[in-house]
Amino acid sequence: MDAGVLAQYVFNGVMLGVIYAMVAVGFTLFFGVLDVIQFAHGDVVMAGAFVGLATYVALHVLGVAAPAVVVFAVACAAGLGMALVGAVIARWLILPLRAAPAFNTLLVTLMLGSILRELVRLFYPNGSNPQPFPRLLPSASVNLGHFTLRLDTTILIIAGLVMIVAVNLVVRRTRLGLAIRAVAQDSETARVMGIDFERVVLVTFAIGSALAGFAGVVYGLYYNEVNFDIGLLLGVIGFSAAVVGGLGSIYGAILGGFLFAALQTVGSVALPVSSAYNNVFAFAVVIVLMTWKPTGLIAERASERV
Amino acid sequence: MTGSAATRGAARSHSGDLLVATAAVAAIGAWLWAFLATDSVGVLAGLLAFAAAAFVFGRRAAPRYRRALAARPRMATSLGVLTVCVVAVALHDQPYPLLMLCTVLLFVVACIGLDIQTGHCGLVNFAGAAFFGTGAYTAAILAAHGVPDPAVIFAGGVVAAAAGSLLILPVLRTRGYYAALVTIAFGILFSTFLEVNDSLGGPQGLKLHGIDFFGWRFNRDVNLGWTTASFYVNYVVLSLALAAGAFVFARRIERSWLGLAFDAVRLDEIAAATFGIGVGRAKIIAFTLGNFLCGVAGSVYAMMQGFIAPNNFTFGESLILVSILILGGIGNPLGILPAALIIIVVPQKLQFIQEYRFLLYGVLVVLILLFRPEGLLPRRIRDYFPGSGA
Repeated sequence: MDAGVLAQYVFNGVMLGVIYAMVAVGFTLFFGVLDVIQFAHGDVVMAGAFVGLATYVALHVLGVAAPAVVVFAVACAAGLGMALVGAVIARWLILPLRAAPAFNTLLVTLMLGSILRELVRLFYPNGSNPQPFPRLLPSASVNLGHFTLRLDTTILIIAGLVMIVAVNLVVRRTRLGLAIRAVAQDSETARVMGIDFERVVLVTFAIGSALAGFAGVVYGLYYNEVNFDIGLLLGVIGFSAAVVGGLGSIYGAILGGFLFAALQTVGSVALPVSSAYNNVFAFAVVIVLMTWKPTGLIAERASERV
Repeated sequence: MTGSAATRGAARSHSGDLLVATAAVAAIGAWLWAFLATDSVGVLAGLLAFAAAAFVFGRRAAPRYRRALAARPRMATSLGVLTVCVVAVALHDQPYPLLMLCTVLLFVVACIGLDIQTGHCGLVNFAGAAFFGTGAYTAAILAAHGVPDPAVIFAGGVVAAAAGSLLILPVLRTRGYYAALVTIAFGILFSTFLEVNDSLGGPQGLKLHGIDFFGWRFNRDVNLGWTTASFYVNYVVLSLALAAGAFVFARRIERSWLGLAFDAVRLDEIAAATFGIGVGRAKIIAFTLGNFLCGVAGSVYAMMQGFIAPNNFTFGESLILVSILILGGIGNPLGILPAALIIIVVPQKLQFIQEYRFLLYGVLVVLILLFRPEGLLPRRIRDYFPGSGA
């Protein structure tokens, strides 16, 4: 295979990996503090993309045209909006069910995902059809043989990585991050040390969901199209990526995200079937990986707490 | 002397209870008829309000009469079957309510299957619609090749169970959230695959002919002697037989050693294994039985509808099946019938909410889980002596 073509696949795979990693980090953060899986997380990504899109439309109507301002506003609206959604989910749906069986939390979040999908499908204008997402980034590109280095994709990759690193720094280096890690390790002791458990949980959900909102905008800017059902695939892949990397570990989630992107890219190149089977292949990979390593490539230290 | 008098008194009150319970079942039948037959939103709202009121006010008195029926399980089942038959005869010239009745009964069969998996053995399955769809597509393919229809229905169940066996290894190796993820991935994979695969009709789906049981043509109107009934009466008979069979089967399983093993595995796998229960074996049996029932229901459903397409079997439909379980009360096959009636019939009757049904189910399930997680008719702790009132 030509080096240029190969580079192109790697470049696109990295872009995909950044999106998956942004989603997976959310899953891993939530599991860390509360030991729950927020199955609606993929749909939060989708909702973030639509909030961004709605912001763009609103700015367009208001006559704001400066691209830098528009991009900044779209990203902020998606991030802040989803941070609020995440905190609301934690406060009203997940914390009240702490004492209930894990199955109930699972169902509540699954149904919440269904509610978010339906809300967008029914109430976003023409929401049941794919919506074009505006090209807001400079579209300059450099041609190197078969390899096209696009400026907008490069910006997206860098922006995504910066956000993941920022979240990681917050968790590793700040007092808030210390509180999050303390709650993740032992919530009882953390409470004894004077950490406000509920507030830490809400903030963690806000951070993870804000990252998901940004991921939605990145997705929209990369594919230039968003649909109400993209959350299903992103949620399943994000969760699997987090599991493969070992739930609770941020580095593992990033690794898992890139691993999935790599598998999907290799699958689309190597498999002799049409690209329509891309998603079928992705889901099959999820099932096979979960069977092979049920608790992830980097195994959990204790697989079950008694 | 006094002892025997008391016994006689108890026996008399027992048969009195039975009479009241029978009257209650008859009243439920009348309600069911009115519910299926009505076209008016006002009447429907009135019936639902009446049912809710009866549910709330009858809760204190109900256990006594329930025990009277539970002491005679065979009679109770026959009574239920007879009631549905009477309702079907009363509706004989209205095809649409009959079609809804069949759909409800077939969903009951599929949900009993899921109930064995989730409610008894604690295996989460979010791919119910995929196994239902496996049965439906199997029926479409086999029937087109001239396989006799009773065999087609059975094969629908077998193929669904076989498709489920692909998932047995992942389901056995994972648990909790991870197992849920595997079934979700399978459920989405199934409908996506059908969408893109042209040899199975693609998004346009497949057509089927009606059921033919050795010359008994289901798609022909029935002569009842005094009048002609819609051909859906045939399907009511078949789906009622399947639903009653599945119900009795689930009850028998629950009361057997296998059911005890399922409960033990659900409540505590490690403790169950310590007591010598084969956890893996119990899970495999529950998973296969459940998928078989889903597949059988799917194959009959496909032949009744005469047309199937991938969007009948999406992940959203799997969530509907789970919603029925949650609403009815997980682990209790008796709760499935009212839950299926509400979830399937109400949106069909109220066309203006049809479009919003997934949204409404989502909100409904979230509210149930927050405020009444045990569902409409919660599962009871098993009676050691049935009907003893323990």
